[in-house]
This record gives sequence, C-alpha cells and structure tokens, in this order.
Amino acid sequence: MNGNVLRVERLGKTFGENSVLSNVSFSLPEGSSLAIIGPSGCGKSTLLAIVAGLAAADSGSVALPSHWKTAFILQDYGLFPWKTVRDNLALPLQLRGVARKTRFAAVSSMLNELGLEGLERRFPVQLSGGQRQRVAIGRALISRPDLLLMDEPFAALDAITREHLQNLLLSVWQRRRMSFMLVTHNVAEAVFLGRFIMVLSGRPATRTLWLDNPCFGDASCRNSEESLSLMRNIREALEEPGIRESGEKVMP
Amino acid sequence: MKMLDILFRYAVAFLALLLLWQVGAWALGPYLLPAPSEVLEAWAQSLHDPVMRGHVASSAMRVGAAMTLAFAVAFPLGILLGYRRRIDRYVSPMVFLTYPLPKIVLLPVFLTLFGLGDLSKILIIALTTGYQILVVTRDGIRRLDARYLDAFRTLGGSCVQLIRHVLVPAALPSAMTALKVSSGTAVAVLFMAESFATQSGLGFLIMDAWGRGDQLEMFCGILSMSLLGLAIYEICHVAERVICRWKRLENRR
Repeated sequence: MNGNVLRVERLGKTFGENSVLSNVSFSLPEGSSLAIIGPSGCGKSTLLAIVAGLAAADSGSVALPSHWKTAFILQDYGLFPWKTVRDNLALPLQLRGVARKTRFAAVSSMLNELGLEGLERRFPVQLSGGQRQRVAIGRALISRPDLLLMDEPFAALDAITREHLQNLLLSVWQRRRMSFMLVTHNVAEAVFLGRFIMVLSGRPATRTLWLDNPCFGDASCRNSEESLSLMRNIREALEEPGIRESGEKVMP
Repeated sequence: MKMLDILFRYAVAFLALLLLWQVGAWALGPYLLPAPSEVLEAWAQSLHDPVMRGHVASSAMRVGAAMTLAFAVAFPLGILLGYRRRIDRYVSPMVFLTYPLPKIVLLPVFLTLFGLGDLSKILIIALTTGYQILVVTRDGIRRLDARYLDAFRTLGGSCVQLIRHVLVPAALPSAMTALKVSSGTAVAVLFMAESFATQSGLGFLIMDAWGRGDQLEMFCGILSMSLLGLAIYEICHVAERVICRWKRLENRR
C-alpha cells in the first residue's frame, strides 16, 4: 500500500478559538480524482491549502510521493492583471528557469489544448470569465503537475460555461492522467468530476460521507437514475450532519 | 477620430490662453506684460541662440537627472516599506514626520554641503519629488490584493521573482502617476534652486532678465520653463500609458 498515493491522516486545524478541521483522513491513488463537498465556510479551502503546503496543519499529516509536483487553482483564478495571457501561462516555467524558446512552445501547445488561440496577447481584463478560468487551468497544467488542486474553480461561471469547462477538465485528465482534488459546493459537479466524493460537515469540518463514484466522468450519467440517487445521498449527508459513512445515522 | 478631437480641444484651450494673455497685455501695458505676439516672436528667435539653448539644456538635465534619481531610490524603498511591515513600522514615522516639511528650505544647507554646482540642485529636486513617489508606492503595495501574493506562492517562486513579477508591476501604475504629478513640483523647485548662486539654467535667466528689466527675455524664460514642465509631464504620461497598458484597459471597463 506504499505506492503512489496521497495520504491525509487525522488532519486538524484551528484558527484562534475556532476549530475548522477535525480528524479528516483520506487517501487518493495516483491518477484519480476527489471532489470535496461541504457547507460554505466549513474549512474545505483550508484543507486544500494544507495539502498544497500553503498552510500548516495543527495536527495530523499529509504525505505525498516525493516526486509529485502540485499545482493550485485559486477560487478567483489568481491571474496577474499586468501579464498577458501568454505571460501568465509561461510564468510557472519562467520561475523554474526554463528557456524562453521551450516556454513559448509549451505555451502555444497549451493555448491550443485549451482553445485559447488568438488570445495570447490579451490581458485578463479583456477576457470572459470562462476564458480566464481556462488560462488559470492552463497555468496550473503547464508545469505538468502530478496533483492538481482546485478551490471552487467554476463557481463564478454561468451554467453552460461551467459544463463546458467541466468537460474540458475531464478531457485534459483523460490525456494526462494527473490526480486532482476539487472543492465544490455543487453536488452535480462533484458527481461528474469526483472519482471519489468526500462530504464534510460544518465547522469543524469532519468527514461525514465517502463515496466511490460509479458515475465519474460519464456525461451520459448526468441525468441517470444512478447519479440522481447519488446526488440525493450527498444532499442528505449535507443537510443532516448526524449521518456518517455508509449512511447510518448516529445519535447526537 | 478621438485623437483629432483631443487635438482640437487642446488647440481651443491654447487659443483661449493666448486671448487672455492678450487682454492682460492691453490692460497692463507692454512694460508689465508684453503682448503674446512679441514674446512668441522673441522666443522663436531665442531658439537659435546658443546661450538660451545652454540654459534650457542645463535646466532639462538637472530636472531629468533629479527625477530619475528620485524614482530610482524612492520606488524600491516604497516597495520595501510596503511589503516588509516590520521595517515599515520603524521607518514610516520618520517619513511621515518629514513629509510635510518644505524641502526647499534645505537649499542653503545643500549648497553648503554639496557645493554650488549641479549636484546640490539635483539633490534638492530629487528629495522633493522622491517623497511623493515613496509614499504613493508604499501605499500601493500595502493595498495590494493578498490573492496575488497567494497566487504567486502557489507557483512557488523566490523572493526576487516575487519582486520582479508581482510587486514591481503592481506598484508601477501608482508610482508612475506620482512621478507625473510631482513633475510640477520638480520644475518649481528647479526654479528656486537656479535662482541662487548660479550662472546657468532657466531660473537664472528669468531672475537675471528681471534684474536687468528685460521683460521680453524674462518672458521668454518663463515660457521656456513652462514648456519644459509640460514636456516632462507629457513624457511621464506617455511612459505611464505604455508601461501600464493593462491598467488603462482595466479603467476603461
């Protein structure tokens, strides 16, 4: 069981007097995906930040294979307004000292892959929300991460654009097979993009449900009976914090 | 079309100013205020005069060097104070205590310390303009949205790379605006600095002509100094538009 697995064990975090994460454990095999869903402000983003190494946990541990590279897409994309699309995309490579020519080649293939051709000289302010999100995805992918972390990546987009980008992310995953974790508060998105789904309770966030998702990545599944029942299951877990793994109720 | 419109409005404003000047000249008489036609003619002739050119060159060099020096020192210092709160806590009180003081009163001290040459003049102008750039750059960095710092941390760059890719571009728009706005003060301080103990520069020319009662030459000097101020302002303005193009696009929305 020592293979290429991200292992999170009994993670805990408090801010001042407020406990935001309590005893959260899970593991994610290489090339798999995890959707984390929970009420807003429950500490999902904190969990992601700890996995990314941007924040320190107070207790527990995060272990990921030493050769794994991670990339993080922030909630508001985190594009730099003073850099063009091309410079935003090239930045992770530039920071690693990759030669200019190689950088530009990587950027053009990324523009191509994400359907952003012709926009390379634009600034973020000249792009639509969906285009901006594509650039953010591209910037995260350009350094070929083994683990991609996304904090509500599609929350600010309209329903159609959101669905396009979910499909885009999935097709990118099918080609590259990186692992990814995404925090969302959209149940349908969790069912479409999470090979595994973890439901967290309100503060402090603890794991209330863990699902092995048979509908992952299956667009035809979007309106099937199976996915609807899954979504119902997740919604119930979100609404009733007393529910624990495998659906059994616990007395408060 | 837009450019033509702007040019037209500037031409109208220029003509209105000339008209006001002409009315003033009629009212005050040629000794107090020479007519614009006379001054403009004398000024056009003075452009061929090597002495006049020398004065313009001295003034332009002093103010240009001073503003470059001010930016080169104040901009990095402003970034440092804005980003490093611990240093800011000790340095800021010093900056804000001395900020409202009129730096020009130190001119005699500078003349004593740095001599009667260009250095003392350049330093006093740089000191005056540098303060404005420093304060505005520091505030610009302090107001910088923390999400850009977070975004940069997710990409994992070094401190030097943070300065280059985030702090400098984020602080440039406000610093460039401060540089532009301070150009007026810079020329005013230049005039004061050149009216003492020197034989070169437009400030000297104006005060010398005034002392000799040569109204026409004095007004040529005043006109040259105004145009110098205008030119510096426009250079800063164009540089700001080119360097901070993204900011202009953002403001247009």
